Amino acid sequence: MRAPAALLGALLIAAPAIAQNVAAPDYAEVSLSDPAKEKQALALMDSIRCVVCQGQPVSGSNADLAGDMRRVIRERIEAGESPEQVRAWLVSKYGDWVSFKPPLEARTAPLWLVPLLALMAGLWLLVRRLKWDRLKGTRG
Amino acid sequence: MKRGLILWLPLALILILFAVFWVGLHRQENHDIASQMVGKALPEFTTPAALPGLPGASTALFRDGRPRLLNIFASWCVPCVAEVPVLMRLKGMGVEVVGIAVHDTTPALDQFLTRNGNPYARIGSDDQSRIQLALGSSGVPETFVIDGQGRIVKQHIGVVGEGDIPELLALLGKQP
Amino acid sequence: MIAEAGLAALWFAAALALAQLVLGAMATSDARAELRASIAPVAIVQALFVVTAFFCLIAVFARSDMSVLLVAENSHSAKPMIYKISGTWGNHEGSMLLWVTILGVAGASIALFERKLRADTKVATLAAQGAIALGFYAFLLFASNPFARIAGVIEGQGLNPLLQDPGLAFHPPTLYAGYVGMSAAFSFAVGALVTRNVGPEFARAMRPWILGAWVFLTIGITAGSYWSYYTLGWGGWWFWDPVENASLMPWLAATALIHSVTVLATRDGLRAWTIMLAVLAFSMSMVGTFLVRSGILTSVHSFAVDPRRGLFILELLAIYIGGALTLFALRVGTVSEGTRFDPFSREAALVANNLLLTVILIVVMAGTLYPLALEGFTGAKISVGAPYFNSVAGPLALVLMLIMAAGPLLRWRSDQPALLLRRVAPALLVGVIALAVLIAFAGPIGLLPLFGLAVAALVAVASLAPLWKRNLARTPLFTYGMVIAHLGCAVSIAGMACEGAFTKENLVAVKAGETQPIGPFSVTFAGLREFPGPNYAALEGVLLVAKGSDKPFIMAPQLHQFSDPPMLTNQAAIKTFWNGQLYLTIGEKEIDGRWLIRMWWKPFVTLIWLGGAMIALGGALALLGRVRRELFASRKAGAPA
Repeated sequence: MRAPAALLGALLIAAPAIAQNVAAPDYAEVSLSDPAKEKQALALMDSIRCVVCQGQPVSGSNADLAGDMRRVIRERIEAGESPEQVRAWLVSKYGDWVSFKPPLEARTAPLWLVPLLALMAGLWLLVRRLKWDRLKGTRG
Repeated sequence: MKRGLILWLPLALILILFAVFWVGLHRQENHDIASQMVGKALPEFTTPAALPGLPGASTALFRDGRPRLLNIFASWCVPCVAEVPVLMRLKGMGVEVVGIAVHDTTPALDQFLTRNGNPYARIGSDDQSRIQLALGSSGVPETFVIDGQGRIVKQHIGVVGEGDIPELLALLGKQP
Repeated sequence: MIAEAGLAALWFAAALALAQLVLGAMATSDARAELRASIAPVAIVQALFVVTAFFCLIAVFARSDMSVLLVAENSHSAKPMIYKISGTWGNHEGSMLLWVTILGVAGASIALFERKLRADTKVATLAAQGAIALGFYAFLLFASNPFARIAGVIEGQGLNPLLQDPGLAFHPPTLYAGYVGMSAAFSFAVGALVTRNVGPEFARAMRPWILGAWVFLTIGITAGSYWSYYTLGWGGWWFWDPVENASLMPWLAATALIHSVTVLATRDGLRAWTIMLAVLAFSMSMVGTFLVRSGILTSVHSFAVDPRRGLFILELLAIYIGGALTLFALRVGTVSEGTRFDPFSREAALVANNLLLTVILIVVMAGTLYPLALEGFTGAKISVGAPYFNSVAGPLALVLMLIMAAGPLLRWRSDQPALLLRRVAPALLVGVIALAVLIAFAGPIGLLPLFGLAVAALVAVASLAPLWKRNLARTPLFTYGMVIAHLGCAVSIAGMACEGAFTKENLVAVKAGETQPIGPFSVTFAGLREFPGPNYAALEGVLLVAKGSDKPFIMAPQLHQFSDPPMLTNQAAIKTFWNGQLYLTIGEKEIDGRWLIRMWWKPFVTLIWLGGAMIALGGALALLGRVRRELFASRKAGAPA
């Protein structure tokens, strides 16, 4: 049995199952027809990291696997999944490294706690330097 | 007094930074992105045969009770050539190796196997890397050990070498 | 021969840097005038030697001397001359030589042009500058020799095609002039701490040097952003890449510093803050140098990776930054703190400004380094990119902009809230109107771009406010500088917000003759053309673009296939209109006779870089204004008694 053309016969892996046919566009390179969905897909592609590149997102890489990821992203969004669901699916396969948006967990908490602490420390330093007596006294 | 302590804070912070740098310099360079699917069930897939004469692969196959190796490769992948002899040895020891050819064509695959040898019992075709993505595989070559119940036991990133044979055999439940 | 001469010049420069340090150290305890006077000429001669070394390296690149290892690895005789020359600094060793050259020239400039600084402080400053130079000369001579020879090479490996662009001639030199020029501030700070001379006079002396370096840094970062935008074909202008962040961190610290030094100069306040920031700015430059060249972070910008070099730089960092901060902790306590100020005062606004800039710096540093720290300590891999930086630094930046709107309108020492409100009322009104208009008409855009545009409108009006009711002919030049720089910030933020909110993108596979829309334009694919370039083969897509019923024009994105080294680059076709840019690229894969065209319509994106240029211009005017005033004052004072 000869292997048929790429689009014909290849089946999607994992839920949701989507049937492919010859006429379907190759979403690795072509936009979705719905502009709102396409915008979502592009935004997601900008924040998914190419696993075979030097730190580029899949939207900006020429690597084959990056194109394959773009295809799957568009297909899933076309099928109705939300960008966050697609991101979660990719993270379930490759781990947090594949997402430029760090997860909000205990082990990544310092990313937000450190700036917050810095802000509070700075505010404290600022407040120490101010002369508050003028405000406490009669309004001048 | 309090002011004095604060003045040492920048230095303390910089020293912490230097500690991070020092750790960064001395850690092992490991650019591999490991799959998160290890320990989980093999995702559902069916692929057409990549070559006439050899059947394709599907998930159902892996649940028949026999552990197997799932080898992700391609004829255009230069390092893959180096692991064919090792895979042949494993085949000779009774290990069933299922190949997934990524972004490949029948003639190129044919040439590759004719030139280097064919360790595969089956070869599936993965033109759009869908199986790769489903497995959390980030490149070629990679080899997965699948147990008889269709669970992913281990991911080996990179070329399989002679030194990896004992571990693979152990995971497959075979005597060396 | 030239290479050996260059290497010898480098050794001489290093020896003179050592002499500079030793003389300075001796001069602090020994008050002999000749000793003090000798350090400036030493600094000047050191600069002459290092500049000679740098020109020697340029010469071997220009002549394609393949017996020099660096040339063999990074150049090719078929390259156009401009890329042979600018390729000198397109690699680790060459750019490091540029680094120390600017360091030396900065020191010589202080020696030649600095007149206001107290003599002993100037000596200590030059000694500090010599000390820094010494460490980096050692790094060059022992770990990154640019003049190493190699035998038997006939042709070079060529310059990375991405670097074969006028941007390479422009971006690194201006960036380094800023990045490394900030060493002047560091040395001034160390000099001031050593001689216990932290006061308004010191601040006035240091200010022009900070402004000068900051202007260059602003230009360098802006140029780098535009270069990557047009040359990479990805349509983005900032990626929060570790190397980009490494240039942003010194800029943030330096921006805080130029404001802090003004408080010190005019109000004798914020002494500790100013010294701290002066040390921090160049420390961030050195940390950036470490990050880029040590290989601990993955980046498209990284130079050749070598952990041993990284260790060397880390040791230098420990000595210089650790030393300066120790000196800071020991000495700054004895420097009097200066007067306290009112919550509603320009000082308070400036301190809030510094605070926010520092927090933003910490955000950038945390996001850049946390993945490294986490992996080092736990082995877990995460990525931190634009979603984090935009969501955390973005709001902070907007609050900062609001403070920037109010600051120049506040009086020194103490002011009334009600009076401030009256002064900012027009700006506030404009901001609120802008917000309302956007909410009503702009459609679904993100919160950050929405508030970004409203804040930009507010700040634009507020930045012009200091000029109202003033005699414009008698307004000092540095006030114009401030106005233009602040206005530039508003312009840049407006550009960023527009780009983020209103960009239209379309990705299609087209056949010859097919037409696709993008924004207000329709693009027809007319066909392909192939032709040879100087050292590449070009594939050009001919696109006919029309807007409405206007006459169509041609845009031609290209793909360049290089052979030495083999690489394919994507040359976007960009056309600039008054209200935005049309950005077209052609894909490299043909699919069933169809070619991929990627199209962007980016409204007002050019404001980003226009704003950056305005900020730099404002800084330059402020610098010019200060320098002119000092010259004028000293000429008056120097009139015969």
